[in-house]
Amino acid sequence: MSGIPHDHYEPKSNGAKWLHSRLPVVGLLYDTLMIPTPKNLNWMWIWGIVLVFCLVLQIITGVVLAMHYTPQVDMAFASVEHIMRNVNGGYMLRYMHMNGASLFFVAVYAHIFRGLYYGSYKTPREVTWIIGMLIYLLMMATGFMGYVLPWGQMSFWGATVITGLFGAIPFVGESLQTFLLGGPAVDNATLNRFFSLHYLLPFLIAGLVIVHVWAFHSTGNNNPTGVDVRKGSKEEAEKDTLPFWPYFVIKDLFALAVILVVFFAVVGFMPNYLGHPDNYLEANPLSTPSHIVPEWYFLPFYAILRAFTSEVWVVQIASFVTGGIIDAKFFGVLAMFGAIAVMALVPWLDTSSVRSGRYRPMFKMWFALLVIDFFALMWLGAMPAEEPYATLSLIASAYWFGYFLVILPLLGVIEKPDAQPATIEDDFAAKMAKTGSAKSDTASQPAE
Amino acid sequence: MFKKIALGAAVAVGLAGGAYAAGGEAHVENFDFPFDGPFGTYDTNQLQRGLQIYTQVCSACHGLKYVALRTLSDEGGPTLPADQMRAYAEQFEVFDPELDDFRPSTPVDHFPGSALENAPDLSLMAKGRAGFHGPYGLGINQFFKGMGGAEYIATLMLGYEDPPSCAPEDFDGYYNIAFTAGGYPEECRDEDGNAMYPGSWIGMAAPLYGEDVDYADGTSNDLRQEAQDVAAFLMWTAEPKLSQRKQAGFVGVLFLTILSVLLYLTNKRLWAPIKKKYKRKD
Repeated sequence: MSGIPHDHYEPKSNGAKWLHSRLPVVGLLYDTLMIPTPKNLNWMWIWGIVLVFCLVLQIITGVVLAMHYTPQVDMAFASVEHIMRNVNGGYMLRYMHMNGASLFFVAVYAHIFRGLYYGSYKTPREVTWIIGMLIYLLMMATGFMGYVLPWGQMSFWGATVITGLFGAIPFVGESLQTFLLGGPAVDNATLNRFFSLHYLLPFLIAGLVIVHVWAFHSTGNNNPTGVDVRKGSKEEAEKDTLPFWPYFVIKDLFALAVILVVFFAVVGFMPNYLGHPDNYLEANPLSTPSHIVPEWYFLPFYAILRAFTSEVWVVQIASFVTGGIIDAKFFGVLAMFGAIAVMALVPWLDTSSVRSGRYRPMFKMWFALLVIDFFALMWLGAMPAEEPYATLSLIASAYWFGYFLVILPLLGVIEKPDAQPATIEDDFAAKMAKTGSAKSDTASQPAE
Repeated sequence: MFKKIALGAAVAVGLAGGAYAAGGEAHVENFDFPFDGPFGTYDTNQLQRGLQIYTQVCSACHGLKYVALRTLSDEGGPTLPADQMRAYAEQFEVFDPELDDFRPSTPVDHFPGSALENAPDLSLMAKGRAGFHGPYGLGINQFFKGMGGAEYIATLMLGYEDPPSCAPEDFDGYYNIAFTAGGYPEECRDEDGNAMYPGSWIGMAAPLYGEDVDYADGTSNDLRQEAQDVAAFLMWTAEPKLSQRKQAGFVGVLFLTILSVLLYLTNKRLWAPIKKKYKRKD
């Protein structure tokens, strides 16, 4: 794979030759593990491994939790308490699964923003990016449905609000919502199908992860310089790269271990910090919580959803032009999905010929602002829908769209990029030459 | 660039809290519970005192339907001796569908549910309420003080005060400065509709006044002590595996720290020859 010249697997023993001519599975594993990887990858390239770990952790803990969980409205809440109290180690399984979802999203956001900064989405990696966005969408669906399963107050009312979004779609919305819920309101049918899908989707994610890895193994990894690996000859390529095993596997495992120290500290000492107290009250369709707040990882997009009220002029224009078909609620839904869609389309919105943000002086500032904007939206999504948060949400939402739809296309034209190193080896050598001095003030650190 | 982002991400994790008080602002006191902090565990004597209050006072109206009676003998809990726990269980009656009649509870049965329809079950109350919020939804208080469910319960027990004079005399419920989800008279709001006094009116009359129970261990039975004891007991009913969980967390952190150090050294050694080629030759 990868188009980078490197050694391929050669079966040596007769048995290995026999198998290789029938099913080259060892060769496939060898080529995957030994893939030439740019030697200058920095610590932001470790999130892929963390994400794979999260998926495996969630599937394993989830499968065991499913052995003890009952997807029935009168029993779901009690069955979770049964897991917490009576199942051996159940409280750890449940807390790891609960906080594992949070780790999953921390990692996926770090991974996505790394891609946005270093231009990993740019040609020829558009397909990798699109597959990644599909994985992210499936993760959100899975996370949302998983949060419904304990059947607490936030589960129930979160499900009511989010499925209500589909009801905002003109003409078909109401029947679509009924179809999704399996009835007129969130009830036993909803819980059952959410359980079924919550179990199914992770395996679809696993399939897409394989395609995602396949895609970037076909193009080769991006790297902090964005400069391509030299592919003229094997010798040349080897100056820019090192095999994934053992150099990057060990490096990634080290990073994973450090992250897991934090993860276990959260699970062990503050497992409910990222949750909402209301979800320890059993779902009650007759009592609406005073503030319905989704899980933290949905907050940025929840803020965008709520930002577009009927008082906003864009909404009023849209409503007028479409003769009222697009009302404020539907506009909010479109904006929320649009916010993810513009991110998915970024390979075609970014017009710059320079891949890495490291050599784009203007881009750097706008990108930093995007990161701040993302955290601001996350904060605003948790605040009540009143002033000054409503106006701030609108500004922050506008910047999100502005970044992708206006700033990125323009920057490619008006920006004068800095000089890039000629090769990855040059970049790596420059970093190494610097490591004599006490501190490196560069943005990224070389692999250590 | 990404160092800053990583820092931002650390703060963002704190954004999640996002829980709000529903009514007037209330100040929840940060009691010093023995189970606070990463190494804190339950105080067995305190749990037993709390159980006594629950049995003699709270259980008249409230229930603990998720708590099995046998767990009173579990390690990390009130750890009643087995015979005491059995005797304790027998005071409750449970409906047995096989006998088609009521019989005394056995250790495998749960505490009865609430006797009054309006009295919520207390099994999970200490996790279903948060004493600490914010500031500004940033989750910083929860990070340092904990979620504060037990603190909230203790403050609620101490929060009954004479209603402010603005309230009509026949206003429904009892004024409590810690309870924010109850009714609030319009007369006690300013022109902007903001509550002028903390808390709101709760349906439950003050359950504890001090000296409600006699502690066998000679601990003072003033209201402050009772409030903390019952709050600690309800924390246990909500999170009976707290000690085991913290221990598992501790083992995990320790093991993974050692693993991190070993992997760090392995990685350093692995990359050393690669890096050496490019080091300054002087």
